Amino acid sequence: MKQLLIISGKGGTGKTTVAAAFIELAKAEAYADCDVDAPNLHLVLQQRTPPHSDDYYGLPKAQINTALCSHCGICMENCRFEAISYQDNYQVDPYLCEGCALCQNTCPSGAITMEPSAAGKLKLYVDNKTVFSTAKLNMGSGNSGKLVSEVKNRLKTNVSTQPLTIIDGSPGIGCPVIASMSGVDLALIVTEPSVSGISDLKRLLATARQFGVTTAVCVNKSDINQKLSKEIIDYCQQNDISFVGNIPFDQAAVTAVNMGKSIIAFDGAAAQAIKTIYQRTINLLFNTK
Amino acid sequence: MNIAIPVDETKTNVCASLGRAPYFMIINANTSEKTIIDNPAIAASGGAGIKAAQSVIDQNVKAILTPRCGMNAAEAFKAAGIPLYQTVSESIDQSLEAFNKGELIELQNIHPGFHGRGGK
Amino acid sequence: MKIAVLSGKGGTGKTLVAVNLAAVAKNSVYADCDVEEPNGYLFFQPTEVTKHQVTVSIPSIDYNHCSGCRKCVDFCQFNALAYIAQKPAFFADLCHSCGGCVLLCPEHAISEKQNTIGKIFIGRSKTITVITGIMDTGRASGVSVIRQVLHCLNQKNKTGTIGIIDCPPGSACIVMESIREADYCVLVAEPTIFGLHNLQMVIELVQLFNKPFGIVLNKCTADANPSAEYCHEKNLTILASIAFDKKLGQLVSDGQIAVHCDPLWHELFVSLLDKIIKEAGYEAATDNQR
Repeated sequence: MKQLLIISGKGGTGKTTVAAAFIELAKAEAYADCDVDAPNLHLVLQQRTPPHSDDYYGLPKAQINTALCSHCGICMENCRFEAISYQDNYQVDPYLCEGCALCQNTCPSGAITMEPSAAGKLKLYVDNKTVFSTAKLNMGSGNSGKLVSEVKNRLKTNVSTQPLTIIDGSPGIGCPVIASMSGVDLALIVTEPSVSGISDLKRLLATARQFGVTTAVCVNKSDINQKLSKEIIDYCQQNDISFVGNIPFDQAAVTAVNMGKSIIAFDGAAAQAIKTIYQRTINLLFNTK
Repeated sequence: MNIAIPVDETKTNVCASLGRAPYFMIINANTSEKTIIDNPAIAASGGAGIKAAQSVIDQNVKAILTPRCGMNAAEAFKAAGIPLYQTVSESIDQSLEAFNKGELIELQNIHPGFHGRGGK
Repeated sequence: MKIAVLSGKGGTGKTLVAVNLAAVAKNSVYADCDVEEPNGYLFFQPTEVTKHQVTVSIPSIDYNHCSGCRKCVDFCQFNALAYIAQKPAFFADLCHSCGGCVLLCPEHAISEKQNTIGKIFIGRSKTITVITGIMDTGRASGVSVIRQVLHCLNQKNKTGTIGIIDCPPGSACIVMESIREADYCVLVAEPTIFGLHNLQMVIELVQLFNKPFGIVLNKCTADANPSAEYCHEKNLTILASIAFDKKLGQLVSDGQIAVHCDPLWHELFVSLLDKIIKEAGYEAATDNQR
């Protein structure tokens, strides 16, 4: 079983478009959307059955029982996250509370308890042999790493003999991206030919290197800036990173998304390019040691 | 002396992950008695490797047999003076037998910490 | 006055809007809170740059005074401390800097030291102060770096200047942190189902924090625009509609500031800034001579 992750560094480069296309081309039976902050993959995959939903609990958060509170203010004084404020009563802001439990430990009246806190919702679509795992982090929540790991763990319920799992990742280089990299055989980076795209690509490559993840790069909307597209190819060559292809800008990508379909359904320039990139990516995945 | 191995839900196979293994099997090398303990790290938001390592260290373990290990847990085991050995297969007995014959090599597969978000 | 620019979905044009708003304002401070992947400085190319380390507190254990009681290990919710060979071992990557172990140690054997997690660069580009926060790679969260960026913004943002906060994508804690002190939020939306889906998320976020907000529709074409339809349906304030323009895309890809390249863009962003200020209830402060 090989695991392919699709990430980008910069947002809006086309991760989900490429992921959806790959899922269709591979006829994948196990895939996940690890962009738990802003999941979009389900919007272009036609799910026939509704998902099983489960609450995801992060670290417990502090809660003050006003009946027991002696108004000493020790909790507020010690809280490093400014999560405790006073307005007639002492109260905890659950968006700021990081669950360190220092207030609970220092409260002389035993007025503070750590309560379970739902931080998101896990969704699992199971359709015959296909398993699609995704989740949505609640607004303002942090520590998305564990939620991402949970989304990936649920793919283990997959009984398919299909050798490929595809993960649609998130933008950035933080928590959810690092968590999604765990156990991945190849991370395909979808970038774009812009100064922002290149800057973000380099930081993402540095992050992947830190975690020992093999990477490959493709350039989306490559024709909007030929000079920068070439710069990316040169950079990959100089740094021994597999470059797997260019995808030209294609308005069909927008049309496809708005119809809830994969770009592969439209036989244009982008669809053709993605098919070639898919083949090269598969070769890399299954032919390297 | 005690030996520890991470085991999966079946409690009879070696688990691919150490930090997020559901259980640890503790084997008394002298009596061959096997005990299963829960891994408290399974629910951890972060630092699973360290929490898992702590629970194993607290069992007076002198050697660990595992397919892989995160950097944080490996560091903890190193500080505790507990060597890590590479398991040969999913079978607990096979790895135990190899260990007793002195055939197991030291663990090479130490992966960077995913900040407690590991697990394939 | 502080204006936050956010979008939910990445790639909609947050930085385009944030950078160009800062460029047309008379005296502005641009604060890049997308500390994982900052881009604004690529457009401004600031000079006279000063660099500042961003640090967080981590415990420093004095093993001579440590009695091995294990209280700190048992307290830590983040598993940053383990009890090995009768002493606490510390794992910096997991520490949330809550200061709890320092406070709770009965022997007072733990003090605090600083650990670097990122950098802030402050520079100038014409009359714009450019503040860029960059998180070190491999870190889980940039919240502490964002806090520092906003702290610098408050120091530089005097009366009469306009602070523009370029936010990270999404709606998680890093975005929440970025908009915390904003007076007004500009939400940038693109005409796709993805864009609308994520726009709805950030609308929920800004409403949760009672922030006044308006929407900029970007990359508009003659085709159906689900984001525009939604705004009309819900009676949301549309501040501007920017047409999809391949030339603009090329300018941006080359790191150019649009308002410096074409008077039409300058006019668009001057109008946009005026509208925002009007909506936010402040007096106009744009420089029409630029």
